Amino acid sequence: MPEINQSFALLSERLMLLAGLAYAVAFCAYAWDLFTFSQAAKRGLAADTRATAAAAGVEKDAVLAGVGSGAARGSAGQDLGAGPQDRGVRPSSKTHAGSDGVTAGDSMRYGKERRVVARVAVALTILAAVVQGFAVLFRGLAAGRVPWGNMYEFCTTGSFAVAVVFLLVLTRRDLRFLGTFVIGLVLVMVVAASVAFWTPVGHLVPALQSYWLVIHVSIAVLSSAFFTLTFAMSVLQLFQSRREASIGSGKPDKFHVMRLVPNALSLENLSYRINGIAFVGWTLTLMFGSIWAEKAWGRFWGWDTKEVWTFVIWVVYAGYLHARATKGWTGTRAAWLSIVGYLCVVFNFTIVNVYFSGLHSYAGVGS
Amino acid sequence: MKETVVKEPKGKAPQAGASEVVLPQLGFGGMLRWAWRQLTSMRTALFLLLMLAVAAVPGSLFPQRPSAPAEVTQYLKDNPGSGPIMDWFRLFDVYSSPWFAAIYLLLFTSLIGCVLPRAKIHWKAMRSAPPRTPKRLSRLAEYGTVTIPAGSGIDAETAVRDAAAVLKARRYRVDVRDLDTDRPSVGAEIGFMKEVGNLIFHTAMIGVLAAIAFSGLFGYSGQRVLVEGETFVNTLTGYDTFTPGANFGEGRLSPYSATLDRLVVKYDRSTEAHYGQPLDFTATLSVKDGPGAEAKTKTLKVNEPVAVGGTNLYLVGNGYAPVVTVKDGEGNVAFQGPVITIPTDGAYTSLMVIKVPDAKPKQLGFVGFFLPTAVYNDEGVAFGSDPDPFNPVLNLNAYTGDLGLDSGVPRNVFTLDTSGMKEINSRNLDAGGIVLKPNQSYTLPDGNGTISFDGIKRFAALDIRHDPGQAYVLVFALLALAGLMGSLFLNRRRVWVRTGNHPDGRTMVEFGLLARGEDHRLAGEYAAINKALHAKWLVPMDAAGQNDDEQIIINDSAQSVTAASKDQ
Ligand code: HEM
Repeated sequence: MPEINQSFALLSERLMLLAGLAYAVAFCAYAWDLFTFSQAAKRGLAADTRATAAAAGVEKDAVLAGVGSGAARGSAGQDLGAGPQDRGVRPSSKTHAGSDGVTAGDSMRYGKERRVVARVAVALTILAAVVQGFAVLFRGLAAGRVPWGNMYEFCTTGSFAVAVVFLLVLTRRDLRFLGTFVIGLVLVMVVAASVAFWTPVGHLVPALQSYWLVIHVSIAVLSSAFFTLTFAMSVLQLFQSRREASIGSGKPDKFHVMRLVPNALSLENLSYRINGIAFVGWTLTLMFGSIWAEKAWGRFWGWDTKEVWTFVIWVVYAGYLHARATKGWTGTRAAWLSIVGYLCVVFNFTIVNVYFSGLHSYAGVGS
Repeated sequence: MKETVVKEPKGKAPQAGASEVVLPQLGFGGMLRWAWRQLTSMRTALFLLLMLAVAAVPGSLFPQRPSAPAEVTQYLKDNPGSGPIMDWFRLFDVYSSPWFAAIYLLLFTSLIGCVLPRAKIHWKAMRSAPPRTPKRLSRLAEYGTVTIPAGSGIDAETAVRDAAAVLKARRYRVDVRDLDTDRPSVGAEIGFMKEVGNLIFHTAMIGVLAAIAFSGLFGYSGQRVLVEGETFVNTLTGYDTFTPGANFGEGRLSPYSATLDRLVVKYDRSTEAHYGQPLDFTATLSVKDGPGAEAKTKTLKVNEPVAVGGTNLYLVGNGYAPVVTVKDGEGNVAFQGPVITIPTDGAYTSLMVIKVPDAKPKQLGFVGFFLPTAVYNDEGVAFGSDPDPFNPVLNLNAYTGDLGLDSGVPRNVFTLDTSGMKEINSRNLDAGGIVLKPNQSYTLPDGNGTISFDGIKRFAALDIRHDPGQAYVLVFALLALAGLMGSLFLNRRRVWVRTGNHPDGRTMVEFGLLARGEDHRLAGEYAAINKALHAKWLVPMDAAGQNDDEQIIINDSAQSVTAASKDQ
């Protein structure tokens, strides 16, 4: 077993602190972006109201909603220049009714306006993630093994995974509106790791010395990172659909910030896709966990607390996937299931690890 | 099936109509059919899934008999009021309770009722031609046109065959139709494996359950604690505890033997933070496949079981077994050998009980602790400070009298019933407690004999398991995984291309795409097909943009495509 390298360990902790600070600043920047956007929206809206006084009521509604079609934005909404450019649709529906160049929906393209603050926020996130990546790397080098063997390491590596997954998805879709939530969660994880779960670098106990730790936990962490994204999106979806309903019933738009957020349907569609990937990941987590349990304890399934909760999470997300195909269960209810699933993930990770005893009690906290 | 409708982007009001169930006025048979339809409906499946999730939770909140019987007993003792009621509801055996079984059996019944008709429908769909070409392709989710210039020598019929070839090359199943009309078209479909994947996934779930049941019938498991030097023989008497499957026969045990030669334990000595934390447990076994077979040396570690005779041996625990000799008042050796102790903490403060029923004139009993590294506090009380035997000490109290072993009541070897006994050594008595270091001996008061501490051995706690079903579980799980991925990531699509000869000599082509279910890549597929068609006929791509303005709707009857998409 390689020696523990204490100077690497110290370096790792310093870098982790640095990354935490960068995340904190990025978090503020994301929040500021939302705020400034909200202000701009309010101002733009005032102008809009004058401009569209003559325009058709239907179109005005669409603009007000901030979720209307690209065609509607083409007129009065153009001033704002932000908000999704296309219409979200369920994939099987027709998208050609009069909209220009819009195809698949859900693309979450935004207007031409440059959100400088948001760019700064993303840059800071990249910086923080790189620094945190080194922190995680040096933690691993210090211990001579994968850096996920106790709660501190689950938390730090897990938050790193969340940030990386977020940045990766950013390259495909403009999810910057999610930054406040996602990076907020990352921040919470980093702080929790450093304050509540801090553990000095050490070797693994024999129960964890297995290549299955590498496979099983890494996939669990990655899937959880995806679930984190969809959790944030599902929460926004709930807000957005309430707002849409309220605007639809003719009430004024009080929640300007939500203009930045795609419509509820786009959120739902994208989180469904991500949840699909994450569900496969969680299925693998469950399977690899069982194979490991067979190697370690002689049975692949024994309803240990951790196993129970892994199973519960799996079933809840299976329910979510079903809900999406069940009449009356799409939309809001599916979003709730996605949220409940994520709460189970969090519960499994925190309460179960810390307070429940079982074969998996090696989280490195408590005793 | 009717519930997997194509979803439309209408307003969200999912509450309405979700739970309106109108009882039909039908006879008994009708009621049954109605009940079956309800059970196999998507909504019921969802409900049962969520029920299953909820029902699994109590098993993590309360101790469970199969994994922690002692904790259940303790819980019942601590909660005499609520405990028995909870027990009646099987909250301590959640996963073998009737209500848990009811949920998953209903779920799987629903599953079968769901899969069979779906499989039938899909089987038919796979063997029939793609649905007829919708009248108005422009209404489809993706729609495009190509105009082949006049003089290219490609007429409508050639174009439609070309289009079919293009689609075929993209692995579509194609069907060219209406060749004898002036509006020939081709219907194409791809992605049957999506539904196949879904069916495989759900069927494999049944397989997983069946394989688990199979394990329960034919598997067996047991525990054995082996002290260094001892041998386990795979017969029923060789086990400390044994749990047979429902269909177990003793003939299934293959009579191999395994001797624990050595158990080596390493602790962390390199870091301050984790000083004394275990790093490695390595047991060396001498294994013989049968009574006369040659001995083979095998290494058993945590996470690395040893396979022998159709079973796997797992290292699940370890501890110290101090070797003790007790001579009774008459000077005879009444007990000699290693005593298995129960470690209670990370420093291996180990609980120890010795029962000496053969001691004369009175039976002897000892209770106390073994400390691998004893340290004394200010009051002179010993406690353990390290798991390695740096300063091993036995601390025992001694009793004489009746051990209560003859009464026929089964006794736990790790507890001593002192109700019929007299304490002769303890801190509270003048005689004091017994404190022994290795190779020391102590003379019990009142001529009750002597006890000596002769050495230290380690023991390994082994789980021995035979599970014939788990390979099948794995196979079905892998099938389920493959099916799941196919179902989630494949896309089922239909494409139609229709062509026609324009009076001015051009050949007009229009095509439309339709997704069945979620498909975010439909636009990409549209672009790819568009490109392929243009390439096929050497039409420059930038012309396509103008085509859009030309509005060459070939067939303009007011037929909605939604009818075509709902072909079932
Ligand atoms: C053991 C219980 C079940 C589990 C774990 C389960 C899990 C899943 C999962 C993960 C999916 C999404 C992936 C896919 O499309 O294949 C799915 C889809 C589906 N399940 Fe199940 N399922 C179960 C029981 C059932 C039952 C009882 C029914 C029928 C009543 C059913 C009908 C369906 C259907 C129709 C879909 C396709 C949904 C779509 O088109 O998107 N499932 N199931």
